[in-house]
Amino acid sequence: MSTAYELRCRECGKTWGNQPKSICEDCFSPLEVTYDYDAARATFTREAISAAPANMWRYRALLPLPDSYQPSLPVGFTPLFSAPRLANEIGATNLFIKNDAVCLPTLSFKDRVVAVALANAREFGFDTVSCSSTGNLANSVAAQAARNGFKSWIFIPADLEAAKILNTQVYGAKLVRISGSYDQVNRLCSQIADEHNWGFVNVNLRPYYAEGSKTVGFEIAEQLGWRLPDNLVCPMAGGSLITKIRKAFDELIKLGLVEDKSVKFFGAQATGCSPISTAVKAGQKEIEPQRPSTIARSLAIGNPADGHYAIKAITNSGGWSEDVSDPEIVDAIQLVAETEGIFTETAGGVTVGTARKLYAQGRISPNETTVLCITGNGLKTTDALAGQYEAEAPIPPKFAAFEQFLQESLEIPAAVEV
Amino acid sequence: MSIKVQIPSALRRHTEGVASVDCSASNLDQLFSTLNEKFPALGPHLRDDAGQVRRFLNVYVNEEDIRFLGGNSYSFQDGDEVLLVPSIAGGSE
Repeated sequence: MSTAYELRCRECGKTWGNQPKSICEDCFSPLEVTYDYDAARATFTREAISAAPANMWRYRALLPLPDSYQPSLPVGFTPLFSAPRLANEIGATNLFIKNDAVCLPTLSFKDRVVAVALANAREFGFDTVSCSSTGNLANSVAAQAARNGFKSWIFIPADLEAAKILNTQVYGAKLVRISGSYDQVNRLCSQIADEHNWGFVNVNLRPYYAEGSKTVGFEIAEQLGWRLPDNLVCPMAGGSLITKIRKAFDELIKLGLVEDKSVKFFGAQATGCSPISTAVKAGQKEIEPQRPSTIARSLAIGNPADGHYAIKAITNSGGWSEDVSDPEIVDAIQLVAETEGIFTETAGGVTVGTARKLYAQGRISPNETTVLCITGNGLKTTDALAGQYEAEAPIPPKFAAFEQFLQESLEIPAAVEV
Repeated sequence: MSIKVQIPSALRRHTEGVASVDCSASNLDQLFSTLNEKFPALGPHLRDDAGQVRRFLNVYVNEEDIRFLGGNSYSFQDGDEVLLVPSIAGGSE
Protein backbone atom coordinates (compact mmCIF):
# COMPACT_ATOMS: atom_id res chain seq x y z
CA MET A 1 0.00 0.00 0.00
CA SER A 2 1.43 3.36 -0.97
CA THR A 3 1.16 6.51 1.10
CA ALA A 4 -0.50 9.66 -0.26
CA TYR A 5 2.07 11.72 -2.17
CA GLU A 6 2.30 14.70 -4.47
CA LEU A 7 4.74 17.05 -6.15
CA ARG A 8 6.02 20.04 -4.22
CA CYS A 9 8.44 22.79 -5.25
CA ARG A 10 11.67 22.52 -3.32
CA GLU A 11 12.18 26.27 -3.24
CA CYS A 12 8.77 27.97 -2.97
CA GLY A 13 6.82 25.02 -1.49
CA LYS A 14 3.87 25.21 -3.91
CA THR A 15 2.22 21.82 -4.47
CA TRP A 16 1.30 20.53 -7.94
CA GLY A 17 -0.61 17.29 -7.34
CA ASN A 18 0.57 14.39 -9.48
CA GLN A 19 1.40 15.01 -13.12
CA PRO A 20 4.33 14.55 -15.52
CA LYS A 21 6.11 17.73 -14.53
CA SER A 22 9.53 18.46 -13.06
CA ILE A 23 9.64 22.24 -12.81
CA CYS A 24 7.61 24.66 -10.72
CA GLU A 25 5.96 27.04 -13.15
CA ASP A 26 5.78 29.70 -10.45
CA CYS A 27 9.44 29.90 -9.56
CA PHE A 28 11.14 27.62 -12.10
CA SER A 29 12.72 25.44 -9.40
CA PRO A 30 12.75 21.61 -9.21
CA LEU A 31 9.75 19.65 -7.97
CA GLU A 32 10.12 16.80 -5.50
CA VAL A 33 7.72 14.11 -4.28
CA THR A 34 6.48 14.67 -0.73
CA TYR A 35 4.52 12.16 1.39
CA ASP A 36 1.97 12.07 4.15
CA TYR A 37 4.49 10.90 6.77
CA ASP A 38 1.87 10.68 9.52
CA ALA A 39 0.02 8.08 7.49
CA ALA A 40 3.28 6.29 6.63
CA ARG A 41 3.97 5.67 10.32
CA ALA A 42 1.40 2.88 10.29
CA THR A 43 2.54 1.18 7.08
CA PHE A 44 6.28 1.84 6.79
CA THR A 45 7.41 -0.34 9.68
CA ARG A 46 10.27 -2.83 10.14
CA GLU A 47 7.74 -5.64 10.52
CA ALA A 48 5.75 -4.84 7.37
CA ILE A 49 8.93 -4.39 5.33
CA SER A 50 10.59 -7.59 6.57
CA ALA A 51 7.46 -9.61 5.77
CA ALA A 52 7.47 -8.54 2.11
CA PRO A 53 9.48 -10.24 -0.69
CA ALA A 54 13.18 -9.36 -1.00
CA ASN A 55 13.00 -6.66 -3.65
CA MET A 56 12.71 -2.86 -3.66
CA TRP A 57 8.89 -2.94 -3.67
CA ARG A 58 9.00 -3.83 0.05
CA TYR A 59 9.54 -0.07 0.58
CA ARG A 60 6.58 0.95 -1.56
CA ALA A 61 4.89 2.81 1.30
CA LEU A 62 7.50 5.54 0.70
CA LEU A 63 7.67 5.33 -3.07
CA PRO A 64 5.39 7.34 -5.38
CA LEU A 65 3.32 4.45 -6.73
CA PRO A 66 -0.37 4.28 -7.58
CA ASP A 67 -2.21 1.95 -5.17
CA SER A 68 -3.22 -0.28 -8.06
CA TYR A 69 0.34 -0.70 -9.30
CA GLN A 70 1.47 -4.34 -9.68
CA PRO A 71 5.26 -4.61 -10.08
CA SER A 72 6.34 -6.67 -13.07
CA LEU A 73 9.92 -7.36 -11.96
CA PRO A 74 11.72 -8.10 -8.66
CA VAL A 75 14.07 -5.10 -8.90
CA GLY A 76 16.67 -4.30 -6.23
CA PHE A 77 17.51 -5.79 -2.86
CA THR A 78 21.06 -6.35 -4.05
CA PRO A 79 23.71 -7.81 -1.71
CA LEU A 80 25.43 -5.78 1.00
CA PHE A 81 28.46 -7.51 2.41
CA SER A 82 31.60 -6.97 4.39
CA ALA A 83 34.73 -6.46 2.24
CA PRO A 84 37.69 -7.41 4.46
CA ARG A 85 40.25 -8.02 1.72
CA LEU A 86 39.58 -4.75 -0.03
CA ALA A 87 39.56 -3.08 3.40
CA ASN A 88 42.99 -4.47 4.13
CA GLU A 89 44.34 -3.00 0.88
CA ILE A 90 42.99 0.51 1.38
CA GLY A 91 43.56 0.98 5.08
CA ALA A 92 40.05 0.22 6.37
CA THR A 93 38.87 -2.25 8.98
CA ASN A 94 35.08 -1.98 8.78
CA LEU A 95 34.16 -1.76 5.12
CA PHE A 96 31.00 -2.83 3.30
CA ILE A 97 30.05 -2.96 -0.36
CA LYS A 98 26.52 -2.40 -1.63
CA ASN A 99 26.61 -4.25 -4.92
CA ASP A 100 24.21 -2.91 -7.54
CA ALA A 101 26.41 -4.45 -10.25
CA VAL A 102 23.93 -7.32 -9.90
CA CYS A 103 20.70 -5.32 -9.80
CA LEU A 104 17.93 -6.79 -11.95
CA PRO A 105 17.06 -6.60 -14.78
CA THR A 106 20.01 -4.73 -16.40
CA LEU A 107 22.85 -4.77 -13.85
CA SER A 108 22.90 -1.20 -12.59
CA PHE A 109 21.16 0.91 -9.94
CA LYS A 110 19.25 2.64 -12.72
CA ASP A 111 16.84 -0.31 -12.70
CA ARG A 112 15.44 1.12 -9.46
CA VAL A 113 14.66 4.59 -10.79
CA VAL A 114 13.29 3.31 -14.09
CA ALA A 115 10.95 0.89 -12.32
CA VAL A 116 9.36 3.78 -10.41
CA ALA A 117 9.31 6.06 -13.45
CA LEU A 118 7.54 3.51 -15.65
CA ALA A 119 4.92 2.82 -12.97
CA ASN A 120 4.05 6.50 -13.24
CA ALA A 121 4.35 6.61 -17.05
CA ARG A 122 1.57 3.98 -17.09
CA GLU A 123 -0.53 5.96 -14.62
CA PHE A 124 -0.20 9.13 -16.72
CA GLY A 125 -1.23 7.26 -19.87
CA PHE A 126 1.99 7.45 -21.90
CA ASP A 127 2.50 4.75 -24.53
CA THR A 128 6.09 5.82 -25.27
CA VAL A 129 8.90 6.28 -22.75
CA SER A 130 12.23 7.95 -23.36
CA CYS A 131 15.43 9.18 -21.76
CA SER A 132 18.77 10.85 -22.30
CA SER A 133 21.46 8.55 -21.00
CA THR A 134 25.15 7.86 -20.51
CA GLY A 135 24.37 4.15 -20.99
CA ASN A 136 23.03 2.38 -17.92
CA LEU A 137 19.78 4.31 -17.97
CA ALA A 138 19.41 3.55 -21.68
CA ASN A 139 19.75 -0.20 -20.99
CA SER A 140 17.24 -0.10 -18.18
CA VAL A 141 14.59 1.99 -19.95
CA ALA A 142 14.86 -0.21 -23.05
CA ALA A 143 14.54 -3.46 -21.07
CA GLN A 144 11.76 -2.37 -18.73
CA ALA A 145 9.85 -0.70 -21.59
CA ALA A 146 9.89 -4.08 -23.38
CA ARG A 147 8.81 -5.90 -20.23
CA ASN A 148 5.92 -3.48 -19.65
CA GLY A 149 4.77 -3.01 -23.24
CA PHE A 150 5.91 0.56 -23.86
CA LYS A 151 7.56 1.88 -27.00
CA SER A 152 10.92 3.48 -26.20
CA TRP A 153 13.10 6.21 -27.68
CA ILE A 154 16.60 6.43 -26.22
CA PHE A 155 19.03 9.33 -26.73
CA ILE A 156 22.75 8.81 -26.09
CA PRO A 157 26.08 10.46 -26.87
CA ALA A 158 27.43 8.76 -30.00
CA ASP A 159 30.72 7.69 -28.39
CA LEU A 160 29.26 5.37 -25.71
CA GLU A 161 30.80 1.98 -24.99
CA ALA A 162 29.77 -0.64 -27.61
CA ALA A 163 28.30 -2.94 -24.94
CA LYS A 164 25.97 -0.22 -23.66
CA ILE A 165 24.75 0.49 -27.19
CA LEU A 166 24.08 -3.20 -27.93
CA ASN A 167 22.45 -3.62 -24.52
CA THR A 168 19.92 -0.97 -25.55
CA GLN A 169 19.26 -2.10 -29.12
CA VAL A 170 18.66 -5.74 -28.20
CA TYR A 171 15.39 -4.81 -26.45
CA GLY A 172 13.98 -3.26 -29.60
CA ALA A 173 14.36 0.35 -28.48
CA LYS A 174 14.69 3.17 -31.00
CA LEU A 175 18.21 4.39 -30.33
CA VAL A 176 19.23 7.91 -31.34
CA ARG A 177 22.97 8.58 -31.22
CA ILE A 178 23.80 12.25 -30.88
CA SER A 179 27.15 13.61 -31.98
CA GLY A 180 27.78 15.55 -28.79
CA SER A 181 28.30 15.27 -25.06
CA TYR A 182 25.71 13.97 -22.58
CA ASP A 183 25.00 17.56 -21.56
CA GLN A 184 24.09 18.35 -25.15
CA VAL A 185 21.94 15.23 -25.40
CA ASN A 186 20.19 16.22 -22.19
CA ARG A 187 19.53 19.76 -23.41
CA LEU A 188 18.12 18.38 -26.65
CA CYS A 189 15.82 16.05 -24.70
CA SER A 190 14.43 18.99 -22.73
CA GLN A 191 13.44 20.52 -26.06
CA ILE A 192 12.00 17.26 -27.40
CA ALA A 193 10.03 16.70 -24.20
CA ASP A 194 8.48 20.14 -24.73
CA GLU A 195 7.06 19.07 -28.08
CA HIS A 196 6.35 15.32 -27.85
CA ASN A 197 3.92 13.68 -25.48
CA TRP A 198 6.36 11.07 -24.23
CA GLY A 199 7.25 9.97 -20.75
CA PHE A 200 10.87 11.08 -20.43
CA VAL A 201 11.98 9.29 -17.30
CA ASN A 202 14.64 11.88 -16.46
CA VAL A 203 12.81 14.97 -17.71
CA ASN A 204 9.05 15.19 -17.13
CA LEU A 205 8.94 12.06 -14.92
CA ARG A 206 12.11 12.99 -13.04
CA PRO A 207 10.63 13.72 -9.59
CA TYR A 208 9.10 10.20 -9.53
CA TYR A 209 12.11 8.53 -11.12
CA ALA A 210 14.55 10.03 -8.63
CA GLU A 211 12.60 8.63 -5.66
CA GLY A 212 13.58 5.13 -6.79
CA SER A 213 17.16 5.86 -5.69
CA LYS A 214 16.00 5.99 -2.07
CA THR A 215 15.71 2.21 -2.09
CA VAL A 216 19.53 1.95 -2.10
CA GLY A 217 19.51 3.78 1.23
CA PHE A 218 16.58 1.80 2.70
CA GLU A 219 18.31 -1.47 1.80
CA ILE A 220 21.67 -0.45 3.26
CA ALA A 221 20.01 0.39 6.60
CA GLU A 222 17.94 -2.79 6.69
CA GLN A 223 20.87 -5.00 5.65
CA LEU A 224 23.06 -3.47 8.36
CA GLY A 225 20.42 -4.63 10.86
CA TRP A 226 18.31 -1.47 10.87
CA ARG A 227 21.14 0.90 11.60
CA LEU A 228 22.88 3.58 9.58
CA PRO A 229 26.55 3.49 8.58
CA ASP A 230 29.02 6.14 9.76
CA ASN A 231 30.09 6.95 6.20
CA LEU A 232 28.83 6.41 2.69
CA VAL A 233 30.91 6.74 -0.49
CA CYS A 234 28.82 7.26 -3.60
CA PRO A 235 29.65 7.98 -7.26
CA MET A 236 28.24 11.21 -8.67
CA ALA A 237 27.13 12.02 -12.20
CA GLY A 238 24.04 14.26 -12.09
CA GLY A 239 24.33 14.26 -8.28
CA SER A 240 20.86 12.87 -7.55
CA LEU A 241 21.70 9.46 -6.01
CA ILE A 242 23.70 10.79 -3.07
CA THR A 243 20.93 13.23 -2.15
CA LYS A 244 18.28 10.50 -2.36
CA ILE A 245 20.22 8.09 -0.14
CA ARG A 246 20.38 10.91 2.34
CA LYS A 247 16.62 11.44 2.01
CA ALA A 248 16.09 7.71 2.64
CA PHE A 249 18.18 7.82 5.82
CA ASP A 250 16.31 10.92 6.99
CA GLU A 251 12.95 9.23 6.39
CA LEU A 252 14.05 6.13 8.33
CA ILE A 253 15.03 8.34 11.26
CA LYS A 254 11.85 10.40 11.02
CA LEU A 255 9.65 7.29 11.12
CA GLY A 256 11.68 5.64 13.90
CA LEU A 257 13.01 2.62 11.96
CA VAL A 258 16.61 3.48 12.84
CA GLU A 259 18.26 5.47 15.62
CA ASP A 260 18.99 9.09 14.87
CA LYS A 261 22.58 9.33 13.77
CA SER A 262 24.60 11.59 11.51
CA VAL A 263 26.06 9.92 8.45
CA LYS A 264 28.92 11.50 6.53
CA PHE A 265 28.38 11.51 2.76
CA PHE A 266 31.40 11.28 0.48
CA GLY A 267 31.00 11.95 -3.24
CA ALA A 268 33.23 10.30 -5.85
CA GLN A 269 33.99 11.65 -9.31
CA ALA A 270 36.47 11.13 -12.14
CA THR A 271 39.04 13.92 -12.31
CA GLY A 272 38.20 14.31 -16.02
CA CYS A 273 34.63 15.25 -15.06
CA SER A 274 34.59 16.62 -11.54
CA PRO A 275 32.33 19.68 -11.30
CA ILE A 276 30.91 18.60 -7.93
CA SER A 277 34.13 17.50 -6.23
CA THR A 278 35.88 20.61 -7.52
CA ALA A 279 33.21 22.81 -5.94
CA VAL A 280 33.29 20.92 -2.63
CA LYS A 281 37.07 21.13 -2.42
CA ALA A 282 37.01 24.84 -3.21
CA GLY A 283 34.27 25.53 -0.66
CA GLN A 284 31.84 26.73 -3.33
CA LYS A 285 28.07 26.27 -3.21
CA GLU A 286 27.51 26.15 -6.96
CA ILE A 287 29.17 24.13 -9.69
CA GLU A 288 31.06 25.48 -12.69
CA PRO A 289 30.22 23.33 -15.74
CA GLN A 290 33.04 21.28 -17.28
CA ARG A 291 33.65 19.57 -20.60
CA PRO A 292 34.06 15.90 -19.62
CA SER A 293 37.07 13.85 -20.66
CA THR A 294 37.21 10.52 -18.81
CA ILE A 295 36.83 6.79 -19.35
CA ALA A 296 34.08 6.89 -16.71
CA ARG A 297 31.48 7.76 -19.33
CA SER A 298 28.55 6.83 -17.12
CA LEU A 299 29.60 9.69 -14.82
CA ALA A 300 30.48 12.15 -17.61
CA ILE A 301 27.97 14.89 -16.85
CA GLY A 302 29.70 18.27 -16.95
CA ASN A 303 26.65 20.28 -15.87
CA PRO A 304 25.04 18.14 -13.14
CA ALA A 305 21.45 19.24 -12.54
CA ASP A 306 21.56 18.21 -8.90
CA GLY A 307 25.08 19.51 -8.34
CA HIS A 308 23.88 22.25 -6.01
CA TYR A 309 21.96 19.80 -3.81
CA ALA A 310 24.78 17.22 -3.85
CA ILE A 311 27.26 19.85 -2.63
CA LYS A 312 24.83 20.75 0.16
CA ALA A 313 24.24 17.12 1.17
CA ILE A 314 27.98 16.46 1.36
CA THR A 315 29.07 19.59 3.18
CA ASN A 316 26.14 19.65 5.63
CA SER A 317 26.94 16.05 6.60
CA GLY A 318 30.59 16.80 7.38
CA GLY A 319 31.67 14.66 4.42
CA TRP A 320 33.93 15.43 1.51
CA SER A 321 34.36 14.82 -2.19
CA GLU A 322 37.35 13.56 -4.13
CA ASP A 323 38.15 12.52 -7.68
CA VAL A 324 40.48 10.03 -9.34
CA SER A 325 42.35 9.88 -12.66
CA ASP A 326 41.64 7.36 -15.42
CA PRO A 327 44.65 5.13 -14.47
CA GLU A 328 43.47 5.19 -10.84
CA ILE A 329 39.99 4.12 -12.02
CA VAL A 330 41.38 1.12 -13.92
CA ASP A 331 43.59 0.19 -10.98
CA ALA A 332 40.61 0.33 -8.60
CA ILE A 333 38.44 -1.83 -10.92
CA GLN A 334 41.20 -4.46 -10.78
CA LEU A 335 41.64 -4.08 -7.03
CA VAL A 336 37.99 -4.73 -6.13
CA ALA A 337 37.86 -7.62 -8.61
CA GLU A 338 41.01 -9.24 -7.20
CA THR A 339 40.11 -8.73 -3.54
CA GLU A 340 36.34 -9.22 -3.43
CA GLY A 341 35.41 -10.91 -6.71
CA ILE A 342 33.33 -7.98 -7.95
CA PHE A 343 33.66 -6.83 -11.54
CA THR A 344 32.39 -3.28 -11.61
CA GLU A 345 32.25 -0.72 -14.38
CA THR A 346 34.29 2.46 -14.48
CA ALA A 347 31.93 4.25 -12.06
CA GLY A 348 32.69 1.54 -9.48
CA GLY A 349 36.39 2.13 -10.10
CA VAL A 350 35.76 5.79 -9.34
CA THR A 351 34.06 4.90 -6.05
CA VAL A 352 36.73 2.43 -4.91
CA GLY A 353 39.60 4.67 -6.03
CA THR A 354 38.08 7.66 -4.27
CA ALA A 355 37.53 5.63 -1.09
CA ARG A 356 41.18 4.62 -1.08
CA LYS A 357 42.13 8.29 -1.37
CA LEU A 358 39.79 9.30 1.46
CA TYR A 359 41.30 6.69 3.81
CA ALA A 360 44.82 7.80 2.83
CA GLN A 361 43.87 11.42 3.57
CA GLY A 362 42.48 10.44 6.96
CA ARG A 363 39.03 11.78 6.06
CA ILE A 364 37.50 8.39 6.87
CA SER A 365 38.60 6.63 10.09
CA PRO A 366 39.51 2.95 9.48
CA ASN A 367 37.20 1.46 12.13
CA GLU A 368 34.05 3.43 11.24
CA THR A 369 31.31 1.55 9.39
CA THR A 370 31.68 2.65 5.79
CA VAL A 371 29.61 1.59 2.79
CA LEU A 372 30.83 1.88 -0.81
CA CYS A 373 28.09 2.08 -3.44
CA ILE A 374 28.93 0.01 -6.50
CA THR A 375 26.35 1.06 -9.06
CA GLY A 376 27.18 -0.76 -12.30
CA ASN A 377 28.63 -3.90 -13.88
CA GLY A 378 32.07 -4.29 -15.44
CA LEU A 379 30.81 -6.41 -18.32
CA LYS A 380 29.42 -3.20 -19.84
CA THR A 381 32.73 -1.32 -19.89
CA THR A 382 35.31 -3.93 -20.82
CA ASP A 383 36.85 -1.33 -23.19
CA ALA A 384 38.32 0.33 -20.09
CA LEU A 385 40.53 -2.71 -19.52
CA ALA A 386 41.79 -2.97 -23.12
CA GLY A 387 45.47 -3.89 -23.09
CA GLN A 388 45.52 -4.85 -19.40
CA TYR A 389 45.42 -8.60 -19.98
CA GLU A 390 47.20 -10.62 -22.65
CA ALA A 391 45.70 -13.88 -23.81
CA GLU A 392 48.20 -16.67 -23.15
CA ALA A 393 49.36 -18.70 -26.15
CA PRO A 394 47.37 -21.96 -26.35
CA ILE A 395 49.00 -25.23 -25.36
CA PRO A 396 48.30 -28.74 -26.70
CA PRO A 397 45.78 -30.87 -24.74
CA LYS A 398 48.56 -32.94 -23.17
CA PHE A 399 49.45 -33.36 -19.50
CA ALA A 400 53.15 -32.95 -20.24
CA ALA A 401 52.49 -29.70 -22.07
CA PHE A 402 50.61 -28.35 -19.07
CA GLU A 403 53.38 -29.41 -16.69
CA GLN A 404 55.87 -27.54 -18.84
CA PHE A 405 53.56 -24.51 -18.98
CA LEU A 406 53.21 -24.60 -15.20
CA GLN A 407 56.95 -24.82 -14.73
CA GLU A 408 57.51 -21.85 -17.03
CA SER A 409 54.75 -19.86 -15.35
CA LEU A 410 56.28 -20.43 -11.94
CA GLU A 411 59.87 -19.91 -13.05
CA ILE A 412 59.50 -16.66 -14.93
CA PRO A 413 58.82 -14.49 -11.88
CA ALA A 414 61.69 -16.17 -10.02
CA ALA A 415 64.03 -15.49 -12.92
CA VAL A 416 63.02 -11.82 -12.94
CA GLU A 417 63.85 -11.49 -9.26
CA VAL A 418 67.40 -12.75 -9.79
CA MET B 1 21.68 42.94 -35.41
CA SER B 2 19.07 40.41 -34.47
CA ILE B 3 19.05 37.33 -32.28
CA LYS B 4 16.29 34.79 -31.70
CA VAL B 5 15.33 33.60 -28.21
CA GLN B 6 13.42 30.35 -27.64
CA ILE B 7 11.16 30.25 -24.58
CA PRO B 8 10.60 26.80 -23.00
CA SER B 9 7.01 25.73 -22.38
CA ALA B 10 7.43 25.93 -18.60
CA LEU B 11 7.92 29.71 -18.96
CA ARG B 12 5.34 30.43 -21.65
CA ARG B 13 2.71 31.01 -19.01
CA HIS B 14 4.57 34.27 -18.37
CA THR B 15 4.86 35.23 -22.07
CA GLU B 16 1.18 34.82 -23.02
CA GLY B 17 2.15 31.67 -24.87
CA VAL B 18 4.86 33.29 -26.99
CA ALA B 19 7.48 30.63 -27.80
CA SER B 20 10.09 32.69 -29.59
CA VAL B 21 11.22 36.32 -29.52
CA ASP B 22 13.45 38.29 -31.88
CA CYS B 23 15.46 41.10 -30.36
CA SER B 24 18.65 43.10 -30.75
CA ALA B 25 20.24 42.67 -27.31
CA SER B 26 24.02 42.58 -27.45
CA ASN B 27 24.66 40.60 -24.26
CA LEU B 28 22.87 38.47 -21.67
CA ASP B 29 22.16 41.36 -19.34
CA GLN B 30 20.51 43.36 -22.11
CA LEU B 31 18.61 40.30 -23.28
CA PHE B 32 17.10 39.72 -19.85
CA SER B 33 16.22 43.41 -19.54
CA THR B 34 14.51 43.32 -22.94
CA LEU B 35 12.54 40.21 -22.00
CA ASN B 36 11.62 41.82 -18.68
CA GLU B 37 10.23 44.90 -20.45
CA LYS B 38 8.27 42.79 -22.92
CA PHE B 39 7.00 40.29 -20.35
CA PRO B 40 7.14 41.75 -16.83
CA ALA B 41 5.92 38.45 -15.32
CA LEU B 42 8.90 36.62 -16.80
CA GLY B 43 11.69 38.80 -15.39
CA PRO B 44 11.79 37.40 -11.84
CA HIS B 45 12.23 33.87 -13.26
CA LEU B 46 15.35 34.81 -15.15
CA ARG B 47 17.36 36.63 -12.51
CA ASP B 48 17.38 36.49 -8.73
CA ASP B 49 17.20 39.51 -6.42
CA ALA B 50 20.94 40.01 -6.74
CA GLY B 51 20.69 40.14 -10.55
CA GLN B 52 22.34 36.74 -11.07
CA VAL B 53 21.01 34.21 -13.60
CA ARG B 54 18.75 31.84 -11.66
CA ARG B 55 20.37 28.62 -10.48
CA PHE B 56 18.05 26.33 -12.42
CA LEU B 57 18.08 28.26 -15.68
CA ASN B 58 20.59 27.28 -18.36
CA VAL B 59 21.29 29.60 -21.27
CA TYR B 60 22.61 28.19 -24.54
CA VAL B 61 23.84 30.08 -27.59
CA ASN B 62 23.72 27.99 -30.76
CA GLU B 63 23.75 24.80 -28.66
CA GLU B 64 26.69 25.92 -26.49
CA ASP B 65 26.34 26.65 -22.77
CA ILE B 66 26.88 30.41 -22.48
CA ARG B 67 29.14 29.82 -19.48
CA PHE B 68 31.66 28.25 -21.87
CA LEU B 69 31.50 31.39 -24.03
CA GLY B 70 32.21 33.83 -21.23
CA GLY B 71 28.76 34.09 -19.68
CA ASN B 72 27.72 37.71 -19.10
CA SER B 73 30.69 39.01 -21.06
CA TYR B 74 29.73 37.17 -24.26
CA SER B 75 28.67 39.53 -27.08
CA PHE B 76 25.85 38.14 -29.17
CA GLN B 77 26.53 37.80 -32.89
CA ASP B 78 23.97 38.54 -35.58
CA GLY B 79 21.77 35.46 -36.06
CA ASP B 80 22.60 33.85 -32.71
CA GLU B 81 19.92 31.51 -31.48
CA VAL B 82 19.49 31.63 -27.70
CA LEU B 83 17.82 28.81 -25.82
CA LEU B 84 16.53 29.11 -22.27
CA VAL B 85 16.44 25.61 -20.82
CA PRO B 86 15.38 24.69 -17.32
CA SER B 87 17.75 22.48 -15.38
CA ILE B 88 15.96 19.22 -14.58
CA ALA B 89 17.06 18.42 -11.04
CA GLY B 90 15.46 15.52 -9.25
CA GLY B 91 17.47 15.07 -6.10
CA SER B 92 16.73 16.12 -2.61
CA GLU B 93 18.22 18.52 -0.10
